[in-house]
Amino acid sequence: MKLALDILSWVLLTAGGAFVLVGGIGALRMPNLYTRMHAASVTDTMGAVLVIAGVMIQAGLSLVTLKLAAILMFLLITSPTASYALANAALLAGIKPSAGSAADLEDAS
Amino acid sequence: MTVVLGVLLLTLLVITAIAIVRTKNLFVAVMLLGIFSLLIAANFFILDAADVALTEAAVGAGISTVLFLGALALTSEFERAPTPHRWLSLAVVTGATLVVLYATFDKPAFGDPGAPVHQHVAPWYLQKTPEFVGIPNVVTAVLGSFRGYDTLGEVFVVFTAGIGVLFLLSGRRRPTGGRAYDPTQKTSIGLRSHVIPLVVSRLLTPFILLFGLYVQFHGEYGPGGGFQAGALIAAAFILYALIEGEERCLEVLPQSALNALMVGGALLYGGVGVMGILLGADFLDYSMLAADPVSGQQLGIILIEAGVGMTVTGVLLSIFHAFAARDPT
Repeated sequence: MKLALDILSWVLLTAGGAFVLVGGIGALRMPNLYTRMHAASVTDTMGAVLVIAGVMIQAGLSLVTLKLAAILMFLLITSPTASYALANAALLAGIKPSAGSAADLEDAS
Repeated sequence: MTVVLGVLLLTLLVITAIAIVRTKNLFVAVMLLGIFSLLIAANFFILDAADVALTEAAVGAGISTVLFLGALALTSEFERAPTPHRWLSLAVVTGATLVVLYATFDKPAFGDPGAPVHQHVAPWYLQKTPEFVGIPNVVTAVLGSFRGYDTLGEVFVVFTAGIGVLFLLSGRRRPTGGRAYDPTQKTSIGLRSHVIPLVVSRLLTPFILLFGLYVQFHGEYGPGGGFQAGALIAAAFILYALIEGEERCLEVLPQSALNALMVGGALLYGGVGVMGILLGADFLDYSMLAADPVSGQQLGIILIEAGVGMTVTGVLLSIFHAFAARDPT
């Protein structure tokens, strides 16, 4: 039972780490602002959920798990809001969503 | 493991610092400063300095970023062209760096139990806190009781900073006449027309305030205390001001209340100290505040932490409002 929980938590932690890595690569490599934001939001959602779930399994039934659940709730509410605010600010600043590469650089300057 | 993480974090810290110096866009520099504070908070945390990490995260990464942005709104987004004669400053910086580098060779190794810092008063604090103060968090005992003078000084420094900013910035008000909030008037200030931030901030503000109070009154048992709580409570009000507009926030907590918080906190701290003298002990000795010395110490620490929290909240919010009230020119 202990071993199974350990394996499960490590699978979750590794998967979360993989999502964070993918998000980081995407934030560097994607062509324009909105696609970069899209890539970065993976770290906030899947990455954070999986990592915190893995840590929660490691912590077992304790006060720590409750605190982690509260942090998870907070992240799930705030990070989409932050993404919305960022995208909205970018749109107001005149950066148009486009499929072309580096389009935002030309528009913004 | 701690060493590996520490080296990683410090390397990232140096990279961030170089990026802050290199960038010409001050907006980017402010964002990088926030990252810098978060990295150093993580570094404090892996060194088991949870109290300092909490302060750094709340003040450095949170409030100062907002205050810097408020300052940037009043000035320009880009750095001025560099002044000539940079070789002089370069020489000073290089000299200072060499001196610091030379000094590090005499430093004790990381985690060395024989280091002077572990031989001086620290063991005494660790040993005597349960006996004299009777609270689990030694940091709070040191900050509030053993080194109460230093914390009093810090509170007065924060207070002086608040007074200074108010003197410099709050002289001129917006020329648009009455600052009273008019609910019928369509105002562009705030984000009231943006439903998602509005709903989320209304949902979160009570919890941020609750967490601030928890940090304030849990300081004796875990990481926390007046400085961190003051920053958190100020952050809740700043969020309210950003979403609902600054006038609404000033209606909830007017400037006179902020002044009262600033002055009242500093007075409460000083007053607790004077109470010690009046009851026949030394200045800032809380032993006489209650029937037995240990509960007197605890009562004193709770009171002075409340004073610290009040002053920090008042000063941070006053500075925020002073920035927000100016016309960007």
